[in-house]
Amino acid sequence: MKTNNHRKSWIALLIALSMLIVLTLLDNWSGTPAMLLTVLRKGSIYALVVVSMNLLNGFTGLFSLGQAGFMLLGAYTYAVLTVPVEDQSAVYQRYATGGVGFSITETLSGAMGQFGLLIGVIFCLLLAGLVAGVFAWLIGLPVLKLKSDYLAIATLGFAEIIRAVVMYEKLGPVTNGSNLLYGFTNFSDFHIGGLKLDTVMPFIFSGLCILVVVLLINSTYGRVFKAIRDDEIAAEAMGINLAKHKRMSFIISSFFAGISGALLAMYQASVQANTFKASMTYEILLIVVIGGIGSISGSAIASFLFVGCSEWFLRFLDNDTKLKNFNAKLIFAIVFGLVVVGLAALIFRKTRKMERMEKLWRQIPVGLLCLGLVAWDIWFVISPNLKLPLLRSGFRMVVFSVVIMIVVLFFREGIMGDRELWDMKRRRPAANAKAGEPK
Amino acid sequence: MSKNILKVENATMQFGGVVAVDNLNLEINEGEIVSLIGPNGAGKTTAFNVITGVYAPTNGCVWFDEQKIIENHPQGKMKKLYKGQHAGEYTHVTAPTPDVVTKLGMARTFQNIRLWKSQTVFDNVLIAKHLRRTSNLLTATFRLNRKEEEAQRADVERLLDIVGLSEAKGELATSLPYGKQRRLEIARALATEPKLLLLDEPAAGMNPQETNELTEFIGQIRSKLGLTVFLIEHHMDLVMDISDRIYVLDFGKLIAHGTPAEIQSDQRVIDAYLGVAEDA
Repeated sequence: MKTNNHRKSWIALLIALSMLIVLTLLDNWSGTPAMLLTVLRKGSIYALVVVSMNLLNGFTGLFSLGQAGFMLLGAYTYAVLTVPVEDQSAVYQRYATGGVGFSITETLSGAMGQFGLLIGVIFCLLLAGLVAGVFAWLIGLPVLKLKSDYLAIATLGFAEIIRAVVMYEKLGPVTNGSNLLYGFTNFSDFHIGGLKLDTVMPFIFSGLCILVVVLLINSTYGRVFKAIRDDEIAAEAMGINLAKHKRMSFIISSFFAGISGALLAMYQASVQANTFKASMTYEILLIVVIGGIGSISGSAIASFLFVGCSEWFLRFLDNDTKLKNFNAKLIFAIVFGLVVVGLAALIFRKTRKMERMEKLWRQIPVGLLCLGLVAWDIWFVISPNLKLPLLRSGFRMVVFSVVIMIVVLFFREGIMGDRELWDMKRRRPAANAKAGEPK
Repeated sequence: MSKNILKVENATMQFGGVVAVDNLNLEINEGEIVSLIGPNGAGKTTAFNVITGVYAPTNGCVWFDEQKIIENHPQGKMKKLYKGQHAGEYTHVTAPTPDVVTKLGMARTFQNIRLWKSQTVFDNVLIAKHLRRTSNLLTATFRLNRKEEEAQRADVERLLDIVGLSEAKGELATSLPYGKQRRLEIARALATEPKLLLLDEPAAGMNPQETNELTEFIGQIRSKLGLTVFLIEHHMDLVMDISDRIYVLDFGKLIAHGTPAEIQSDQRVIDAYLGVAEDA
């Protein structure tokens, strides 16, 4: 048992190391598509915030929508503390006495070079998390007494208030009001010799944080969180202090949200309060649902998938596109038809499993929609038009919404359900809920 | 005479104008098996909820292990509404939450099974041992509590062995048959290291054979683990078999208490269960 565990951790370590090497190579090879690097960087940062939200929503069963607010706190804490002193007058040009007058990373890197920079960044990241955590503690005192939807509304409100406060003119000398903060230490400041580390650093930071969350979830506290999610009354009757453990989960989740906010600031190389809107929280929630509520690896996979889709693969949906000739159109039409028929078949199978035979009429709308799309497909081939319809600015979001609806309606489990990647080989104990119920 | 482990003193539980438990007085001594019986809606589960801290009683107090753990008196608009007795006798308010009561050494099971559904049998019991942990968040996360973890895991194995669920330990709790789920709930309650075990209808929904096994099992809990057991039950065979003493509730009031033989011949109990003949 023990040697087995040791071997597993060695394998995990090897995989992680080889991944880092590959990332470093990608970073420094001139042939790497810039988009791939963007997706890797942003995806890894999103993975952390999604995992932090999953810890709260998926593992503890607290429906909270304050993630963007905590990210904002983290991002600003980090940015304010690391803007170089000589840049502060330029950054805070609208305020006579702007800036804090020191820069932690600058001081440390001045004294110890790259190593000092690393120490400074880690220190500031932890501080960013702590600030978010302290705020979570304060907010949690009144708010965590609320249940489900009410908690969501209260935390959402908190996030909006924080955003407004940061943009408050009187706080300008510190937060720069609603203007950009920029110039602070970011990933491009890291390098070993001439080696760029832009993509490796976010992976290392967010990977370490996610590792801590995984360890936490598999510890006794993680099990208690899951018990609270499954049955609060039973948990309390078994001696679990609900208030304390809920608060704990809320603070930890916010702590990591704060760190990921700081990482996002580093990635963007600038911060503005307006980017941390409620829509950002929804985006994160969406990734949680797609990845599977209660699955860390699902969250990580979905983050990369989501960022990949929104930044890269689905970009073409926003551009007007003209096909070159009839052959291209034919290929497009065939692929489109196959995708439509395939999706419809998948949905049919899914509903057949879920529902009894007499409810099969429910499949009629899906069938009609499928037929309609195929008919349009055929008409498109016949028509002389070469311009692809619908593709225009904003269509990407429409496709996103439709995908979400399909996921929520038919694939509620998400990518991973509540399983983990490393449990896939093990057989899951039969979830036969019906067998245990009284007659 | 062995010492008193639980004493309920003049406890009244009133919801609005409805008196669910009316001036309840009962005592349980160490090592006893005591039953609380009564027709449906008599207030048995409410009495349990008052004892375990789910509800603060409207008036009265509860002693556990010779220590006053719960005390309350009518407050606010309850002052006017209060219909019970002994008003004004209690002045303090001590209303611990259920987790505090459990930590003191009182563990319960539920009438409608409340296991943690997504957890395995083993984890269900292991989670209940959380309250006896000394490790904090950091030592637990970074695995600096190996000794405690292993000790607790060994303890869970032993408990599962006692309730006869060792073979099912890797299964999901909800995939177990009904009788075994009940046993698992008892194992989970035992994991909190209680002095007093409260069982809320442990035989509900069981067939006669399972009920017999349970009777034997409850006897073993006392003999092997030296616990005191307080149970609510409808299966009269089970109650009469294992109880040292029985309390009978009807419409929230205690109508009788005594040994099983006394209870069986008590006219008030017979009336409560069978109804009073109107034209007698």
